[in-house]
Amino acid sequence: MQKMLTIISNVLRGSASRNGAEMVSEGTRVVVSARTYADFTPQATFDIKKCDLHRLEEGPPQQAVLTREEGLQYYRTMQTMRRMELKADQLYKQKIIRGFCHLYDGQEACAVGIEAGINLTDHLITAYRAHGYTLTRGGTVREILAELTGRRGGIAKGKGGSMHMYTKNFYGGNGIVGAQVPLGAGVALACKYQEKNELCVCLYGDGAANQGQIFETYNMASLWKLPCIFICENNKYGMGTSVERAAASTDYYKRGDFIPGLRVDGMDVLCVREATKFAAEHCRSGKGPILMELQTYRYHGHSMSDPGISYRTREEIQEVRSKSDPISMLKDRMLNNNMASVEELKEIDVEVRKEIEDAAQFATTDPEPPLDDLCNHLFYNDPPIEVRGTNPWTKLKSVS
Amino acid sequence: MASLRCFLRSGRNAVSVILRREFHKTSPAALQVTVRDALNQAMDEELERDERVFLLGEEVAQYDGAYKVSRGLWKKYGDKRIIDTPITEMGFAGIAVGAAMAGLRPICEFMTFNFSMQAIDQVINSAAKTYYMSAGLQPVPIVFRGPNGASAGVAAQHSQCFAAWYGHCPGLKVISPWSAEDAKGLLKSAIRDDNPVVVLENELMYGVPFEMSEEAQSKDFTIPIGKAKVERQGSHITLVSHSRMVGHCLDAAAVLAKEGIECEVINLRTIRPMDIDTIEASVMKTNHLITVEGGWPQFGVGAEICARIMEGQAFNYLDAPAIRVTGVDIPMPYAKILEDHSTPQIKDIIFSVKKTLNV
Repeated sequence: MQKMLTIISNVLRGSASRNGAEMVSEGTRVVVSARTYADFTPQATFDIKKCDLHRLEEGPPQQAVLTREEGLQYYRTMQTMRRMELKADQLYKQKIIRGFCHLYDGQEACAVGIEAGINLTDHLITAYRAHGYTLTRGGTVREILAELTGRRGGIAKGKGGSMHMYTKNFYGGNGIVGAQVPLGAGVALACKYQEKNELCVCLYGDGAANQGQIFETYNMASLWKLPCIFICENNKYGMGTSVERAAASTDYYKRGDFIPGLRVDGMDVLCVREATKFAAEHCRSGKGPILMELQTYRYHGHSMSDPGISYRTREEIQEVRSKSDPISMLKDRMLNNNMASVEELKEIDVEVRKEIEDAAQFATTDPEPPLDDLCNHLFYNDPPIEVRGTNPWTKLKSVS
Repeated sequence: MASLRCFLRSGRNAVSVILRREFHKTSPAALQVTVRDALNQAMDEELERDERVFLLGEEVAQYDGAYKVSRGLWKKYGDKRIIDTPITEMGFAGIAVGAAMAGLRPICEFMTFNFSMQAIDQVINSAAKTYYMSAGLQPVPIVFRGPNGASAGVAAQHSQCFAAWYGHCPGLKVISPWSAEDAKGLLKSAIRDDNPVVVLENELMYGVPFEMSEEAQSKDFTIPIGKAKVERQGSHITLVSHSRMVGHCLDAAAVLAKEGIECEVINLRTIRPMDIDTIEASVMKTNHLITVEGGWPQFGVGAEICARIMEGQAFNYLDAPAIRVTGVDIPMPYAKILEDHSTPQIKDIIFSVKKTLNV
């Protein structure tokens, strides 16, 4: 009976027309089998949304193969990211996190999908909505939360805060809108120069997309054929300004003009992955830069000081949450194709919750940085120097 | 806490006012106005007064301002006068300067002055220098305003003080209000001024209420650019400061007064052109000088004040070297304990006063 209902609901879902909701992808191929652990489907192929193309004859494939392991891994990572951001929200409201805090919940498929399409030896840079990328690029929830709470165990020893987290081959975390784009092309230049077949993924938002320095960067990256994947995470709003009010052209994937581009469903982790793989192949084959626009959505406001409802409706947020949530989409796909069980996913949820709780516990009990770290890290590879304090009698020490 | 301090501060003024007979007969109860509302009033009044005045910047219109300083203005004046821009500082600053050259009187808001670095060429090369380069043919009546300096927990890229950078350039006027009256009077003067004026506000001061005198409530109330104000009379030492640090100086002075040390506190109000006469007169009276600022020491506002004192008549009246209390010479850290130790605290001012006076 249960199986019959599953089959029927899948058929209905598969054939339902989704004309208005651009961001929903559809699962296919129902496989009916008994729900014992050993009988889980090892992999399945899913139809994914076709990407809009600019100056490209062909785009990424319209089908993606997902293995059970991959699915569980993406699920776990996205769920970890989601719960980590929600925990940050909670800690901010308790005033344990202060200053700026720009949350990424809703956009998980972008970070996870991109990482799935590149290697850890590749490079990545983004703007200030960076907690998710810090995680996919090798940071732990512990170090991220402890950085947000400003403790010595933070990934930047408490000195950077939310917008300034770094890991190997991850260049932050950047507070000035658009500035990270030339930086990313510079990283790509170094990649080409050092001939290690690495590339740089360079992210920016729809708000930043109008910055002049981005167009300067497009020009040079294209002229010099830099292995750079420019990615615009279009979540429809630059702080409180909708894309229509900020951009004369909202076809961000075409804004690179002479740079080929694709527009991708950023709520579907498989779509993002396939597009990233396609883009990476383009770069690594020496064709130069490529541009991807990921259509995505943030549930929170611009930052914790923005309620996020003065420029958009609660209904809109609710609609995206119920119809296009990236984690739900993956979960449904896996359950409907017998790639995992409800219990198994619930168990992952429990483990994730525990990891976040432990990390939050650490982040709230770890001591603040020691005062003698105040002036350190001014210069690299330099002998110790003296730094002026607030008055001429206070001389502080600074080591590299 | 900040409002309590303000109340105590205004209380002192109120007491002295009550002792004068006029108070009971003429003025209504003094109004408490936040710096944010004072800036809002200034812009509202000037928008109403002169059709050529308009405001542009990120989130200034429909969002009511990132820090709500322009709240209600778009509703009142509409799209033509209050313009939301994309996140493109170099572009819109240049557009604002061009509009000023062609006869309008723009107020160009930078969400913080940290972002003005993206546009600084337009501020300096296009706005500040043009009247000179054209030998008087082309004025640029523009106001650049926004929060400057340290905030709370916003880390290195969002905490820099630009008073020294802008104060360095001839052709620019640079003002740095502290109180609500300062904010209103100086911003109105800036908008009426036919030259490029940089208005360095302070985010932490936006929510602080001050007593606004009846005179300051008038639509024609302006404070002259280029004139400092003695906020507190004293005889033992001169403390010169601008923006938020003026409050710190007054707090330090209150503590020191209990020990019999009377500080004279000067609120610069204007960075350029600097009112060195007021400072000199004070130093000639007290014989001791400390400058207090939130920005970095090297080539800072305090450094300039000390240099001018050395070069002028007040030097001969100094009984001790003039010294500077400044932010620590590092990028601003995020963690609270580190951030607290990166900018001058009241205790740093008190310590420096005692060291200078050798007590």
